[in-house]
Amino acid sequence: LATLTASVPLTRRSLAGVELGMIGAAAIGATALLFTVTELQGVLDFLLVAYLVHLAGQTAASYIVEGARSAKNRLALTLLVSALFLALVPLVAVLYYTFQRGLRAISSGFFTHSMNGVGPLEDAGGAYHAIIGTLEQVLIASIISIPIGLLAAIYIVEYGGGRLAYWIRFFVDVMIGLPSIVAGLFIFAFWVLALNKGFSGFAAAMALSILMMPIVVRASEEMLKLVPNDLREASYALGVPRWRTILSVVLPSASAGLTTGIILAVARVTGETAPLLLTAFGFDAIRTNPFSGAQSGLPLFVFNQAGSAFGVAVARAWAGALTLITIVLLLTVFARLLTRRNRLV
Amino acid sequence: VAAAAVRRGDRVFRGLAVGAGLLILGLIVAIAVFLLWKAIPALRTAGFHFFTEKTWFPDAKPARFGVAALAFGSLLSSVIALILVMPVAIGAALTLTELAPRRLGTMGGYLVDVLAAVPSVVYGLWGVYFLVPRLIPMQRWLDHHAGFIPLFQSPDNTFGRSVFSASAVLAIMILPIIAAISREVFRQVPQANREAALALGATRWESIRLAVLPPSRSGVIGAIMLGLGRALGETIAVALVLAATFNINLHIFQPGGNTIAANIATKFGEAGAVGREALIASGLVLFAITLAVNMAARAVVHRSTRIAEGKV
Repeated sequence: LATLTASVPLTRRSLAGVELGMIGAAAIGATALLFTVTELQGVLDFLLVAYLVHLAGQTAASYIVEGARSAKNRLALTLLVSALFLALVPLVAVLYYTFQRGLRAISSGFFTHSMNGVGPLEDAGGAYHAIIGTLEQVLIASIISIPIGLLAAIYIVEYGGGRLAYWIRFFVDVMIGLPSIVAGLFIFAFWVLALNKGFSGFAAAMALSILMMPIVVRASEEMLKLVPNDLREASYALGVPRWRTILSVVLPSASAGLTTGIILAVARVTGETAPLLLTAFGFDAIRTNPFSGAQSGLPLFVFNQAGSAFGVAVARAWAGALTLITIVLLLTVFARLLTRRNRLV
Repeated sequence: VAAAAVRRGDRVFRGLAVGAGLLILGLIVAIAVFLLWKAIPALRTAGFHFFTEKTWFPDAKPARFGVAALAFGSLLSSVIALILVMPVAIGAALTLTELAPRRLGTMGGYLVDVLAAVPSVVYGLWGVYFLVPRLIPMQRWLDHHAGFIPLFQSPDNTFGRSVFSASAVLAIMILPIIAAISREVFRQVPQANREAALALGATRWESIRLAVLPPSRSGVIGAIMLGLGRALGETIAVALVLAATFNINLHIFQPGGNTIAANIATKFGEAGAVGREALIASGLVLFAITLAVNMAARAVVHRSTRIAEGKV
């Protein structure tokens, strides 16, 4: 045994944190040298080259000190962590750039004026009409899709188990992937063309509700499943009928989660542009009646202004984008906080 | 009497719940039926040329329109987006489940969710004014040094609102769904498998490669297919980023190109009666493609999660 332990080393030296830091510093130094000597330039290029040099240096050092398997391990783990950072870069870039451009373009008139009679080169007008449109359309879409979505989820969780429930679940999942433009085309073909009802905010709300329903079902389903069966059984034991059990025991105990899911669904459809294009069509003046005549919506407003070649319109698009992203993010964060707080209680 | 009332209450409530479920099933059927119904006149006009014609002049006399270039553009931009996003999304998901401490993993998951919450019109606007100009030097460099490969060549040496730029925006937009579902899939691998690998002396990476990736394969493939479905159907961001042209080639750095979805958004406002029906016909094609992709993806994900949960 003594000879065996002597010949096979059971421990191996591994790179310490200080040494890894030194490799990093050396990589930055080497890259700086490279950028002064050669024609390479640019901040992004510098970061990229420094990253690659660091990766190579770390792998080489690890290979020499720790062996091939450790080197591979370090390389793979570094790449994985980099992937996460790379995934978050666009998030920071989108938020930062939108806030920067939007804050520069936004004015108080933006929230109090419509685009009625605003010329293409005029630095005037706002999104008042579009904000009204979006509020109405999302409200109506919620009124349609929340009860239906909740009931469908109740069916799947409380009454399901059979083939029908399986297929409803499956097609709800499939419908989550339905392109939003197809939902808009369907309402256009069905409501505007076949029933000859014309463009309206209500048509847009129906298109949005098609997109919202499966999201509500999916989220509610997850939450209802979390309600422990003991609660249901305790209620049955007291002689409470099944439907009253669902309404007064199951739904209240899942209420925080359900609210979160519903708010996230609202946030999702608030930002939808494509369906509005084919159903609400867009309108420059204020129209408060969602049931008759074309209407605008905030995402549609952004899209139309963004497509313009004039700077004043693009500035309005940024102001609209900032408003839209603020609404959507506030809803998203609010929804998350709601469940977190509740989970702690 | 009380018992009868209870039973009636249960029947009514159950009926409502079943009705809501059936309504959602019915919606899918209704979408197919109405799109087909309103597309038939346009499909009759174009005949088989609908699938071979590249241009889009449905309101001209005689009308000439087809989805060949559009469908090609949809597929090309989506496939490139997938190639760009796959390593990043899967790597991010692995980091969140396998490497990050629990709290950090949840936080990172939230951040990726926020990425999904950004509206597509904002991505489009950001894409045009932020991303597109910043991608030009890289495209020019590749065209200069690797231009002998048709993929990297821009024949008239112009760069900007190309299929590649659109794919980059699409890649960012489909990252959250691929990352989120991959995360779900990785999480379902039993902890014991990882520990077994580590106990046998595997490094962290080896335990991921040996214990986590093999059982997750079909689930991750499903996630990628769902991402493909999203990319194919994404409309507004692509409509803003792409400079619409109707051609079929592999020069992804050349400005131009179009997709089925983006074409509907850009052509709808100016379309006449025939034009609108033609757009519905193209939407029907998009619906069929995304439905097939999504159903296949869901079937794969359903099966793989059930295998991971030990139910099959």
